[in-house]
Amino acid sequence: MTEVGTELPSQSFPIGRADLVRYAGASGDFNPIHWNERFATEVGLPNVIAHGMYTMALVCRVVTDWAGDPGAVVEYGVRFTRPVVVPDPEGAVLEVTGVVAAAGEDGLGVVDLTAKVNGQTVLAKARATVRLPAASAESP
Amino acid sequence: MPLDQSFVGRVYAPTAPYEVGREKIREFADAIGDANPAYRDPEAAKALGHPDVIAPPTFAVIVTSRAAHQVIMDPELGVDYSRVVHGEQRFVHTRPIHAGDALTVVVTVENIRSAAGNDIVSTRGDVSTVEGEPVLSAYGTLVVRGAGA
Repeated sequence: MTEVGTELPSQSFPIGRADLVRYAGASGDFNPIHWNERFATEVGLPNVIAHGMYTMALVCRVVTDWAGDPGAVVEYGVRFTRPVVVPDPEGAVLEVTGVVAAAGEDGLGVVDLTAKVNGQTVLAKARATVRLPAASAESP
Repeated sequence: MPLDQSFVGRVYAPTAPYEVGREKIREFADAIGDANPAYRDPEAAKALGHPDVIAPPTFAVIVTSRAAHQVIMDPELGVDYSRVVHGEQRFVHTRPIHAGDALTVVVTVENIRSAAGNDIVSTRGDVSTVEGEPVLSAYGTLVVRGAGA
């Protein structure tokens, strides 16, 4: 039985320019702010920034790795509060933690997530609703 | 100049079907560095009760962001795309996307408001199969940065 307060195994994700190029190709989001430093600085950004959706996807891995079945994630939402700046060649490191905030009789658990780069949070209201293992075993 | 409030409630025509392929799911899973076999091995996915390999929870953005672009690129609304940043995103799944799905999206403009000199456009994309089975809804908020922001 999953209890409120259970901490999910935390993970850290190094992010480099090549990762952003690969995500651009896979997702179809070729906005140059995610790969072209000249363009990014011209539009007032400190440097190339990661796709918000890439950050969102990495953060979700803490939940899907814990759940085992990624299909158990029924709801997942985030608010983007701070861009993840990815300088070359240093890159950035995204640190993700998660904690079970609610576990209902309905077999659904709510996981609150925290995502930080250089000690600063980059997402707010990052939360996933997951079918907990006991319940998913009974589903057809 | 604030965006036209009369766009709130507007519903766009269903998008052209997007066929979800196993290799596209694998490519996306590779791009997010996720080795989960449910994305790659049909037998592993079936063992979890899925009909074929499933897509990561945020894979839906491939179809929903293109659909939301109908709003952002709508010349009648007149958004300056170069000033758009992603504010919020949420996916509510009826079931996971899996290989073999042919997905279409109906986008509704849920809200338009101004805050701190920015325009904030909220959309909902209802994703279903071409057979009419609901798969998920995507709630997105895009922020159009004002000239001073």
